[in-house]
Parts: sequence; structure tokens; C-alpha cells
Amino acid sequence: MGNLLQILVDALSLGGLYALTALGIGLIFSVMRLANFAHAEFITCAAYALFALSGSPLVMSLSAAVVVAVTLAILTERVAFRPLRDADQATMLISSFAVSVFLQKVLIFAVGSRAKPVDPIPALAQTFMIGGVQIGVLKIVTILTCAVLLLALLFILKRTRYGLQMRAAAEDFTMSRLVGVRADAVIALAFLLSGILAAVVAVLYTAQTGFVQPRLGVQIVIMAFVATVIGGLGNLWGVVAGGLLVGMGSSLLQAFLPPDLRPFREAILFLGVILILLFRPNGLFPSRGLKERI
Amino acid sequence: MGDKQAIRAGLRRLVPLAILLGMILLLVPLGHLGDIVLERRVILALLNLVAVVGLYIFMGNSGVLTFSAVGFMAIGAYTSALTTLRPMMKQTFLPDLPHWLAVLELSALSGTLLAGGVAAAVAAVVGWPLMRLSGIAAAIATLSLLIIAYIGLGNWTAVTGGQTSLMGLSTWVKLWPAALWACAAVTVAFVYQETRWALCLRATREDEVAARASGLRPVPLRLIAFVLSAFVSGVAGALYGHFLGTLRVESFYLDSTFLFLTMLVVGGKRSLTGAVVGTLAISLLTEVLRLLEVGVAVGKVNLSAPNGIGDVILAAVMLIILIFRPQGITGGREIGQVTGSSRKEIP
Repeated sequence: MGNLLQILVDALSLGGLYALTALGIGLIFSVMRLANFAHAEFITCAAYALFALSGSPLVMSLSAAVVVAVTLAILTERVAFRPLRDADQATMLISSFAVSVFLQKVLIFAVGSRAKPVDPIPALAQTFMIGGVQIGVLKIVTILTCAVLLLALLFILKRTRYGLQMRAAAEDFTMSRLVGVRADAVIALAFLLSGILAAVVAVLYTAQTGFVQPRLGVQIVIMAFVATVIGGLGNLWGVVAGGLLVGMGSSLLQAFLPPDLRPFREAILFLGVILILLFRPNGLFPSRGLKERI
Repeated sequence: MGDKQAIRAGLRRLVPLAILLGMILLLVPLGHLGDIVLERRVILALLNLVAVVGLYIFMGNSGVLTFSAVGFMAIGAYTSALTTLRPMMKQTFLPDLPHWLAVLELSALSGTLLAGGVAAAVAAVVGWPLMRLSGIAAAIATLSLLIIAYIGLGNWTAVTGGQTSLMGLSTWVKLWPAALWACAAVTVAFVYQETRWALCLRATREDEVAARASGLRPVPLRLIAFVLSAFVSGVAGALYGHFLGTLRVESFYLDSTFLFLTMLVVGGKRSLTGAVVGTLAISLLTEVLRLLEVGVAVGKVNLSAPNGIGDVILAAVMLIILIFRPQGITGGREIGQVTGSSRKEIP
């Protein structure tokens, strides 16, 4: 019983991390049909900002992470993705892949490829007991942060003017432009929010693993990427559900697979992904606007 | 008279192939000119060409993005390694192999062909359901395939050696074999793209709905290309193994996927010429960057670029070409194509 609680907390906190990352990718996809692989480097660079300022006060290092991720997000949109706005999905995906590799190589060039220790918020390393089970504060904080951010995002999307414009753009981009939504502003806003989400993921993830390295973001983003697709690209709730599903699936497989099969955990997970895609090519919760009209 | 014209038209169709093969064969004397390092770089470029052609056969003709080609290379590489290694070597490195595999020792040629065959067989099985997908779903599904192949091969310690390198492969891939295999791959891709199947597949690429309405079925058409593409990729993987002499699962993952995609997209993913030109252009660029990192002697001063800058520039070039020329250097045209050049290309 106690063991089960621990497994559940682990699963939820990993699922929450993937959900936040998936949401960052999903936000951008829904407004401009770009599956943004470079989200990985938003996370990695934010993590390196934490590393660079690891001695300084918490407020400074955290805001530095946010500033770095947001600046990078808006810059890549302006330089790399805006010229390709009308290109087909495959070209945009490859270009986001190229941005990702470019930033990664710049990082390796600048700071080297070795992992470096970092501990953004030492206070989170404590544990406490519930019903005879040891549970890390960090795990609980991760789950709470994810929940709060999801609610905040929901508020922005449902209750503010900008949220309305973003939802309109996600539904039908051309139509929303015709009725006066400013496309550049909406896309910039999506990248801004996505950058903030990336920074938060960077903080929570580095707090869990305790180190930074240039490929850190890629590991999370591959999973989150898959999550957005099986959840249903273009549908933000589907994306969150996909993130939770992949994170919890991965965590539960780790807990319940026999030890011999554990190295193949991700292979099994991705097999599941392929199966889902075969039966639901547009994801579990497809968005209405995604279907191509003739 | 009519016959002569038909023959002439038939020959004219072969002009692009002849030019491409000429370009490849010209690399051989180039490889002999310089030192051993240059020779190895030329061989590597030729092997990359085989891999990129493998990627092109499916991606170029069907227009569906795929990430799994490098996975098929890995399957081919290990197939060839396991069937051609000396039984004594296998006993040392892989003591847990099943008996029939442990005693098997094929010749280099049959090992390479078998590598392609096994990759093609796997592609036929997994491809049948997957070919219904297109766009992002296809990209993610094939990415999942790549990850499954990577994790599967990387942890199947009894057969592949897992995370440790597999050593002792015979290194028969020198300049001439590499050039001949590259010619063979280009010929296969060219002959395929002149067939009815490929033309129909290109029709589904341009407009899937219209093609369906004209009675074409995308799934079997794509599957043919996918299987052929996996065959060539498998051969490419086997050639890599027998060029390097050692195999690591790490070499068949995201980095090489990105490299081959770059080569194809930079050249122009819609034509075979694009695949060849892109590979040669990027190989040349990496070679120049490598030389810069080593350093150039100007007078008495040795000018050298900092280590690692080559990768940064490579990714930047890829990005710049994508932004300013999304259709690549060739823009999807074949070199020396008489009939095609006057016609307007469909964007």
C-alpha cells in the first residue's frame, strides 16, 4: 500500500513534467502548425542559466532561467520560423530539428559536453513521511507546480483577450486573421508562454537529476513530443493528457516490469505509441481544426 | 525511323543516371591523389551517399518524412557483422550467441546482401501498418521505430554485445568497393524512380486526394518504396561496419539521422540529383571545416579554427539553406534531364 503511494507520486511528478513540456510544444503547434523540436534547447539553455548563477540568490537564478528561455524562444521564432510560416509541416519539422542541433552544438562548443552538477533549489531535497512512506518534497512541489501552471494557463486561455485570440488562431488561423487577430502577436505570445514553461521544466528537472549537460532537453522533449502527438496535436487538453499518459506509463513500466525487461522499458513504451498512432492517427483527442479541408 | 526515335528517347532518359555515375566515379582518382586521411574521407562520403540514397528512395518519392532509415542501417550493420565474423571471434566477444548463428560464416558479398534483405524484411512487416500514416504522425511513428531499434539493439547483449563495441569486422570496404556500391545504390534508385510504381507514388506525394480519386492506393505504393529504401539503408549499414571495423549502437541514432536528413534536404529532397549533390556538398563542407580545425599554415603562422566550431557551422548552413531555399540546391530537378528542364516544376 505504502509502496503504491510512492509509485503513484513518482508517476504523477514525471507525468507532470512531460505534460508541461508537451504543453509548451502543443501551444506553438496549435497556433502555427510547427512541431518545435528546438523546445529541447529552451530547456537546456535555461538549465545552463541556473548552473551559471548557482551561487546567487534564488530569485536571480530563477528569473535568469526564465529570461534566457523566453529570449531564446522569441529569437528563434523571429529568425528561423517566421520565414517558413507557409512551408509544409515536414520542412518546418526539419528546420526545428536544425535549430535544435545548432543550439546544441553552440552549447557544446561554448561549455563542453561533460555533465556539470547543479542544485537550483537545495531546500527541495528534503523528504517527509506519510503513512510510513518516505516522499520527497521535490516530487510534491513538482506535482503542485504543474497543477498550478496548468490552471494559470487555462485562465489565460479562457478568461483573457489574448487567450481568446490564441484559441481562435488555433481553431482557424486564416479566419482569425481575417477578423482582426494580429498573427505575429499571437505567435509571439505562444512562444513566450512556451519559453516560460521550458524554464519551469528546467528548474524542476535539474532539481531532480542534479546535473546539466547539453543533451538534457532532448531526452525530455523526445518523450514530450511523442506525448503531444498521441494526445492529439492542436488540442491542448489532449496534449496535457498525452504528457501525463507517457510519464505515468514510463514510470509504471519502470516499477512493475520484471528486472530483465527493464532496459527495454522505453522500447515497450514507444511500441505502445506506434499502436496508438495506428488506430488513432490524429491522436487520442484530435482537434477539430486539424483535418485538412479540400 | 520511329524505332530510332524511341531508342534515342530511351537513351535520353538515362542521361541523368550517366552524369550521376560519372560524378561518383570521378571521386575515385580524387581519393587516390591525397594521403590516407583524404582517402578515408572520400570513402566515408561514398558510404554516406549510399545511406542518403536509401533515405531518398522513400522520402523523396513519397514526400513522407521518415526517421527510421538509420534504424534500418543499424539492423543491416549488425546482420552483416554477425554473419561474416569469424566463429572464433564470435566465441570471444559474444559467447551467448545461438549455436546456428555462432558457426555461420558468410562471404562479404552475401553478408552485405543479407543485411539489405533482413532490413527490407523488417521494413515490410512494420511498414504495412505504418504506411497509412502521413505528416507528423508518420514522423513520430518512424521516430519511435528508430528509438525502438536503438534501445533494442543496445540492450540485446547476447546478440549485439549491447553497449560495448563489436570489434574485428573484416575491413574490405576500400575506395573501389565503396564507389561501386554507391553506383549500384544510385542505379537502383534511378531505375526505381522510372517505374510506374514510383510515378504513381509521386502522384500521391503531389496531391494525395486527387491521386486516390484517380484510383491510386497510397499504402502499397509507399510500402514498395519503404522496403526498397530499407534494403539500401541496410546495405549502407553493412558497408559502414566493414569500413570502420567496429560497430557501436550509438553511431546509428539521432546524430547520423540529422546528418543524412541535412544532406538530403540541402541537396533537394525531391530528386536523386539532390541526394547526390547534397551528400557531396555537405561532405566537402565538413572536410573543409575539419581542415580549418586542424589549421592552415599561412606563411609562418598556423591559423586554426577552435575545435567544435565545424558542427556549429554545419547546423547553421542547414538552417540557412532551409530558410532561403526550402527545396534545396537542385530545387527538385534532375541533372541533365532534357524533357524536364523546359517544363515548369510544380512547387
